[in-house]
Amino acid sequence: MRCLILFAIAAALAAQAPETKSGNAPSGNAQHGQKIFADYGCYQCHGREAQGGLGTGAPKLGPRPIVWAAFTRYVRQPTGQMPPYTSKVVSDQDLADIYAFLQSRVAPPPAKSIPLLNN
Amino acid sequence: MARSKKTSVGRRNFLKGAVGGAAALAAGGGAKAQQAQAQTQAQVQRSGAAPVLAKEADPPALSGAEVLVEDLSGSDFMVDVMKSLGFEYLCANPGSSFRGFHESIVNYGKNHAPEFITCCHEESSIAMAHGYSKIEGKPLAVAVHGTVGLQHAAMAIYNAFCDRAPVYIVAGNSIDVTQRRPGVEWDHSVQDAASIVRDFTKWDDLPISLPHFAESAVRAYKIATTPPMLPVLIVADGDLQERPMPPSERPRIPKLTLSGPPQGDSAAVNEAARLLVAAENPVIIADRTARTAAGLKLMIELAETLQSPVIEQSGRMNFPSRHPLNHTERSRALIANADVILGLEVADLWGTVNAYRDQLHRSSRPILKPGTKVISVTALDLYMKSNYQDFQRYPEVDISMAADSEATLPSLIEACKRLINGDKKRAFEDRGMKLAAAHAEAHERVKTEASYAWDASPISTARMAAELWAQIKDKDWSLVSNSGGWPMRLWNFDKYHQHIGGSGGAGVGYGAPAALGAALANKKYGRLSVNIQNDGDLMYAPGVLWTSAHHRIPLLSVMHNNRAYHQEVMHLQRMANRHQRDITTASIGTTLLDPNIDFATVARGMGVHGEGPITDPKDLGPAIKRAIEVVERGEPALVDVVTQPR
Repeated sequence: MRCLILFAIAAALAAQAPETKSGNAPSGNAQHGQKIFADYGCYQCHGREAQGGLGTGAPKLGPRPIVWAAFTRYVRQPTGQMPPYTSKVVSDQDLADIYAFLQSRVAPPPAKSIPLLNN
Repeated sequence: MARSKKTSVGRRNFLKGAVGGAAALAAGGGAKAQQAQAQTQAQVQRSGAAPVLAKEADPPALSGAEVLVEDLSGSDFMVDVMKSLGFEYLCANPGSSFRGFHESIVNYGKNHAPEFITCCHEESSIAMAHGYSKIEGKPLAVAVHGTVGLQHAAMAIYNAFCDRAPVYIVAGNSIDVTQRRPGVEWDHSVQDAASIVRDFTKWDDLPISLPHFAESAVRAYKIATTPPMLPVLIVADGDLQERPMPPSERPRIPKLTLSGPPQGDSAAVNEAARLLVAAENPVIIADRTARTAAGLKLMIELAETLQSPVIEQSGRMNFPSRHPLNHTERSRALIANADVILGLEVADLWGTVNAYRDQLHRSSRPILKPGTKVISVTALDLYMKSNYQDFQRYPEVDISMAADSEATLPSLIEACKRLINGDKKRAFEDRGMKLAAAHAEAHERVKTEASYAWDASPISTARMAAELWAQIKDKDWSLVSNSGGWPMRLWNFDKYHQHIGGSGGAGVGYGAPAALGAALANKKYGRLSVNIQNDGDLMYAPGVLWTSAHHRIPLLSVMHNNRAYHQEVMHLQRMANRHQRDITTASIGTTLLDPNIDFATVARGMGVHGEGPITDPKDLGPAIKRAIEVVERGEPALVDVVTQPR
């Protein structure tokens, strides 16, 4: 029941998140980023495709992630429910790789073009 | 109790006589006497008496032929009582402590109303009854051993208790120590059987006579079905079950009259109506609100009367998912902006109006703006226990009605209507139009969110829900599992039987049997029962698949197989991050990998149609369609889908 409320929080965060600029993101390896996105547990809340997780309060992260500075700030010192990923457990380069993975996500087709979503 | 001549020798006395006769023969010496003693001891053992009694019995004079049979027994009467209460089914794993009762059901009662449903675990028996009650609105009976069976059943009883669901439990036991068989029957006997579950049952009793059984059995039914509806337990003593009962001594069964559900105090109802009608931004929050289809209609009437948004917390099917006043998608913003909140059977009202943060230093803050009035109507306030903490944190409210919401809604609706004048009506219509537009926007956002990871493998839970909806939307369907989120967001729920809510106590192992119990209730209505089945949940007691096949219970199970106890994966991750240790080990002890479980094979092994594992979303629709064809023939089917975590 509270999951629905958490979802609403996630939706609000996603709606507020600036998604258009990557800022000064360092270059990263998207393939490695995908691997550690799973290994480090990011997928647990955000989904394996970073599509966001229902009932977890975790917003969609790709294909247009929030700007790099905001991304790293939140990952290191989250103000919501997300567990903190300090530099002791995730290096800056790992974060850059994850960020590259998020940027590499492909936008889905418009929902209106998917018949199953228009029943 | 007086007895007829034929059956005047009670179980205890005829055993004593039989043993005594053997002893007398033995005293006469010789092979013939020894043979007679051996035969008699064999008879004694078959009759269930302890051989040791033979040594201790006094040697009375020889009498006529030993009475070894009876026409009617106490358990026959117990079945009469069960029939009088209208039970359609009795779920049980067989147990010797209720062997008399069991035999009476299948022979004396002709295995009809109640029909014996064979379960492979007592937890499954209870959860089936739990699921059944939420479709049918009344209890299903369960029989268990008073000891080992009740221990197995305990978690499921707790779920039903937390979910305010009536379950009617009959527990076998052997009270009289002089009547117990040596060995296992002692292990399976207990002084106070109900004690293990008393913290989370509403009422129990240990009848010591058949009239006592009848009275307590009827009373238990009445208590279980009075809101808040909760599990009850009657101990059926083994000796009472097996003792002969002459027809002339059949006790009377008391008349059952169900209690009317408690309504809110009229002054409190009027004050609540005044606040709601005066509010600019009222919000109705529904959790376990609607007990019946009438409750769903009343919820619609209240919302439309006030043109108030409704937040569905899905403890029951309270409000149509596509109604323009369903604003569950906007719950946080609406609660933050509300000036009046009406909570109807909300299990966690504090958690609804406060934000909580699970970090090293746990913290919370109110979501409500200062001055917001909170009204609570809940039968939870009428019955609460102290040990198990399912009552949640204390909510501060302005009007509190200890009452059943569904029973209170008619007077609340009427009180609101009396206060709505022309100006109010126009204002409400304007509010309703804005809310309808916001609902439509929210629904479009949901579809966009669902489109992400649309073609992913593992399959997204949104895609799975959409594929399933496409196959069932034109049928009379019933989602007999927790909605899991996406169905409630994507599907068109508008009938009461289309959703049964969740487990209550979040005890894993509820899902599969509760779905089957609900499907059992749906069977006579010809509904298509659909179960989105978690993998970890099914692994608790997968024998429920066999029960579904054996009893030909039509049920479509679509596995949400994320190969993990995923909630626990996340908890472990949180701990590792907090301690800044290895953050790659959260799968240890929390996942169901290596080997991956082949649920389709498991299902087929128990006589259930099974397909999968399905990893390509394009294969999912056809597999579901094939499975539905099986279910529509009256049999269960399972489609194993490898999914994203949530």
